[in-house]
Amino acid sequence: MLGLNGRDTTVFVIVTVLAIMAPFLLNPFPTESGLAQFNAGYPDLMQRFAIFAIFAIGFNILFGLTGYLSFGHAAFLGVGSYAAVWIFKLFTYNVVPAILFSVVIGAIFALAIGFISLRRSGIYFAILTLAFAQMSYALAYSVLSNPKFNLTNGETGLQVYPGDLQMFHNPERVPDLPHLFGLSMRANYELSVGGWDFNFNAGYYLCAAILLLMFYLSMRIFRSPFGMMLRAIKSNQTRMTYTGLNARPYALAAFVISGMYAGLAGGLMAAVDPLTGAERMQWTASGEVVLMTILGGAGTLIGPILGAGFIKYFENIFSKINDSVLHAWFAALPDGLEDFLVAIIYPFIGKGWHLTLGILFMLVVIFLPGGLVEGGQRIGRLFRSRKTRKGETDEATQSTPAE
Amino acid sequence: MDAILLQILNGLDKGSAYALIALGLTLIFGTLGVVNFAHGALFMIGAFCAVTLQKLLSLSYVVIDETKTDFMGNPLKVEMPYVAKWFGPEIGATIIDWSVPLAILFSIPVMIAIGFAIERGLIKYFYRRPHADQILVTFGLAIVLQEIVKYYFGANPIPTPAPDMFAGSIDIGMLVGFDPNAIVYPSWRLIYFAFAALIIGGVFAFLQFTTFGMVVRAGMADRETVGLLGINIDRRFTIMFGIAAAVAGLAGVMYAPINSPNYHMGMDFLVLSFVVVVVGGMGSLPGAVLAGFLLGILESFASTTWATTTIPGINQVVIYLVAIIVLLARPRGLMGRKGVMED
Repeated sequence: MLGLNGRDTTVFVIVTVLAIMAPFLLNPFPTESGLAQFNAGYPDLMQRFAIFAIFAIGFNILFGLTGYLSFGHAAFLGVGSYAAVWIFKLFTYNVVPAILFSVVIGAIFALAIGFISLRRSGIYFAILTLAFAQMSYALAYSVLSNPKFNLTNGETGLQVYPGDLQMFHNPERVPDLPHLFGLSMRANYELSVGGWDFNFNAGYYLCAAILLLMFYLSMRIFRSPFGMMLRAIKSNQTRMTYTGLNARPYALAAFVISGMYAGLAGGLMAAVDPLTGAERMQWTASGEVVLMTILGGAGTLIGPILGAGFIKYFENIFSKINDSVLHAWFAALPDGLEDFLVAIIYPFIGKGWHLTLGILFMLVVIFLPGGLVEGGQRIGRLFRSRKTRKGETDEATQSTPAE
Repeated sequence: MDAILLQILNGLDKGSAYALIALGLTLIFGTLGVVNFAHGALFMIGAFCAVTLQKLLSLSYVVIDETKTDFMGNPLKVEMPYVAKWFGPEIGATIIDWSVPLAILFSIPVMIAIGFAIERGLIKYFYRRPHADQILVTFGLAIVLQEIVKYYFGANPIPTPAPDMFAGSIDIGMLVGFDPNAIVYPSWRLIYFAFAALIIGGVFAFLQFTTFGMVVRAGMADRETVGLLGINIDRRFTIMFGIAAAVAGLAGVMYAPINSPNYHMGMDFLVLSFVVVVVGGMGSLPGAVLAGFLLGILESFASTTWATTTIPGINQVVIYLVAIIVLLARPRGLMGRKGVMED
């Protein structure tokens, strides 16, 4: 289907179903129940799932395929956000031009930075991208917000003010918020079935639709001759050069594509919430997308989506659990044991959730270089090899899906 | 003239910190070939060694002082540090006052132990893995260390003053013949610079004039051959990791009075230290030190009013700009050797 082989079609259909059904799947617990705090089906978080999945898919095209580790990808996300908000400020609240413009700006920035950074590889490349991103952050944070030439509005962050130009914006016909041809991004339909509340949010479905499109695109890139070239860069660049191929244009193309994905993610971020700030470009934000991709599985198709979902879910849900919630969970146990358990678990949840993330990340890098995807494959292989213990060839060991 | 001298002095303290961290990074990189993203966290832990020692020394119990009364007329409760009880009030107060210099002694064994633990427990398993994996795992380690410190000490900066003796400023201008008050400089920063120079000199002397250092240098040049000669080079490299951790830790201890330590100070310094290492040339110890001081001084010149009015915001970006230019013009850095990290 659509130029994908059977296996990829299955993956794509699964992702599509997951994306469409997300409002149901992420809200498995009734709103009134004690477990409702694990529900992630609210619009804001669902949008973030989709947006960061796009960001991580883009990063994976660079890191997963070519092996170039960029520590400055958040810069493209940041400029994408700024570009989209400027379209809102100057022209219209319609998200289509804003998103397109953010992709273009992301591409231009990626071209400029990639052209210089890709002269070096390995650690030098990581540090060059890091330096560029930190420079962009410093520029956005202070330099470009002086009164004479205020491009970023400094630490307040850029947003739309009532006095802004908005040339083609007509508040009488369309909502006074980012909208898609009149459909407000904040439009939300709440469906109550029994004790459950399900949110269907226009902004989320826009992000999900674009996510599917981008996922499809990344599949095609992974399976194309171009993707093969990118993998050749990762496995042995010297040999590739000896066969008469110049690696740099391919690497630069991958860098620009992933920059466009990041710009797109930034544009979407501004589309669902029309403001932006320099902190989106900080290097910790770049580190986050690295974490997502590695955690999910670099070089796999589905890995970045899993990683982004995993990190964003735990960031938002885990961090809400405080010690009183914990005490409520273990209330049935004897007091001493309860306090002991709470004391052990408490450092790892709530505000300490980053500690859990850091430990998890280290474990993945040490033991599971393929990330969650490889973990899943190993478990799957374990089950299958039990079934086909005698005689039959083990299919699972031969196929390395999405690699 | 005096303005230029002042800016150079201003650059020296930051430059010293950069140079010390970059020196440790280069030691680790040159010996073990590992890119250590957790080095900033080691710097931070050093600063928190100072905080910990200060807190330990100020542990107090409450006594009721009959001579003083509060506004209600009741006897005042006074906190009495244990050190004051054991050594008498005057010596006790002095010990607490000098907690930062004392923390130097305290931090060396702590940092060396942490360095050994990290090398033996984690980094040992990453020699054969790609550089990207080394970066990632040490990046994860940095997050973990940072969060542990945040859990115990909170997210807010903790003021850790230097001894009263060094709290003020020195009028250096007077000493070298300028007008009074032309160059007034906080004394602790001068001490920081002197301390950094001492440590850097110590490390170089250690590598240059001891047998151990000679073997380590040989190992840096050709690890395999040194191993074939029957020398246990791995053990020496582990010790060098401990020393590099101690250098970062000492830089952190002494930096605590300049900037109150908080849990993410390491990350802030790490990015710049990497830039410093790359500008100096990966694997070159003199290059790291030189680039550290150069970039520190450059940053302080870019922060002058003259520079910021000419090019707004130049102070924020100058280091990165220089790094980019250096990497493009001299890809191996200022003093980089051929064949280091060229793959």
